[in-house]
Amino acid sequence: MTAPSPILRLPPASGYDLWRVRADFPALRQLVHGRPLVYLDNAATTQKPQAVLDALMRFYGRDCANVHRGVHALSERATRAYEGAREAAARFLNAGSARQIVFPRGATEAINLVAQTFGRSVLGAGDEILISGLEHHSNIVPWQMLAGQTGARLRVAPIDERGEIILEEFERLLGGRTRLAAVAHVSNALGTVNPIEEMIRLAHGKGVPVVVDGAQAAPHLRVDVRALDCDFYAFSGHKVYGPTGIGVLYGKAELLERMPPYQGGGDMIRSVSFEQTTYNDPPHRFEAGTPPIAEAIGLAAALEYVSALGREEIARHEQELLEAATEALERIPGLRIVGRARRKAAVLSFVLEGVHPHDAATILDRQGVAVRAGHHCAQPVMERYGLPATTRASFALYNTHEEVDALARAVRRAREILA
Amino acid sequence: MSAALEDLYQQLIIDHSRRPRNFRVLEAPDRRLEGFNPLCGDRVTVYLKLEGDRIGDAAFQGSGCAISTAAASLMTESVRGKSLEEVERLFQAFHALVTGKGAGREAELGKLAAFAGVAAYPARVKCATLPWHALRAALAGNGQSVTTE
Repeated sequence: MTAPSPILRLPPASGYDLWRVRADFPALRQLVHGRPLVYLDNAATTQKPQAVLDALMRFYGRDCANVHRGVHALSERATRAYEGAREAAARFLNAGSARQIVFPRGATEAINLVAQTFGRSVLGAGDEILISGLEHHSNIVPWQMLAGQTGARLRVAPIDERGEIILEEFERLLGGRTRLAAVAHVSNALGTVNPIEEMIRLAHGKGVPVVVDGAQAAPHLRVDVRALDCDFYAFSGHKVYGPTGIGVLYGKAELLERMPPYQGGGDMIRSVSFEQTTYNDPPHRFEAGTPPIAEAIGLAAALEYVSALGREEIARHEQELLEAATEALERIPGLRIVGRARRKAAVLSFVLEGVHPHDAATILDRQGVAVRAGHHCAQPVMERYGLPATTRASFALYNTHEEVDALARAVRRAREILA
Repeated sequence: MSAALEDLYQQLIIDHSRRPRNFRVLEAPDRRLEGFNPLCGDRVTVYLKLEGDRIGDAAFQGSGCAISTAAASLMTESVRGKSLEEVERLFQAFHALVTGKGAGREAELGKLAAFAGVAAYPARVKCATLPWHALRAALAGNGQSVTTE
């Protein structure tokens, strides 16, 4: 008779001082309805560290000026900080050059930008755009609009019951008319980490460029656009502890060079007469008007904060939380976790028998636990599972095991009240 | 249960959400209309039979949270036999109640006064009013569906 083998657990994250990390986030220190805030709506947006708030204050309190125009000291400082943010974003993604980084308003605008510039120039009637069945609306609607404008067709690679893209289907749908594929790196509704390395390889094998929606991946995973060999990569600043109103679009240099402008205005031009305008080079070609300067500077502070903490350390901590939360919730009678992919980021969607997600979220909120209830802007995913909505808890680098326990307690309470 | 949650999930509301009344399809309705809340995915289809300018019968189908289900259930109970004018007055009183402007109108609301707690939950007002919007649009006879947005 052998002793039962011990459960293999990762060693505790070394050098990851959670309580010091939490002290960096002022918003976490508050009571909600008389209870300590347990913020588990990180897939919607994250709280901001003091370093980001300080960067915003420094810009508005000292360096506030427009960029790329003034010869005065403040404008030079603002320009240096803004272009420095581009370099920070390039380092964060391991891009070859800061010239491959465009600052749109967020991942949504980044995808729209690619659709309306690159997409419009490569798609014709009868061509195809391939997406997957787990996309956020922001990686569906821009392609539908583009399909409407060009006469192209939208094809969808389905997901299986676990919430994983069926790779064989994805490969099969990469056809002779496919001009472009757009896939999420991580599903916002299910947490699935897609095998995008493999998907990019398959697409490139058919000569199809790939746009990766990294909105839910950037906060959780190390992203290396050169190792991935993706053609475009988009993410939102506010989901990576940065300000709202700014995102990052990475593109391969040769593609950005060929792309027409997105919007017309200042900063995206080289010279203008009433007869003709010469456009600026990338990335400025895609940044018409005064850019989100403060937001870019704040974003750089956020990316530096995350990198200093260590993205492997963060990933390890969040995986521990995900495992603990999965175990704790699974023990609750009548609870079903939606999305059982083999590789997941720290996003946990669930339904509770007899309790509508909206009621669950209200009851959780009254106990200080902030979660999202709804379709998560991924209605096709909900339809796949025959659900109108789920409740979603999503974790960040500052969440604790105590908060996982608070979540489970609050869910049990919801069940007592309503089920 | 904390006091605030008790205010929202009153026993009457929980009872009607678990066992909604008039939860059925009315055959050959005079009016039928689907209400949809795109934010949370709640759907409620309201069926009405009219007798002159009165509501002869009211029923509903759909899926939603406890608040919208109970609101639809209690609404169908409370509008039956009422004139269209009375129904509109009842809606106005109900709307005032759930948006926190309805103090003193409990008497005309009857059982619907149980929804007073909704006022403390602004995000849930649309859950309570969705079936009413569907009912009013059905009576106005314009279109096949309404949304809360």
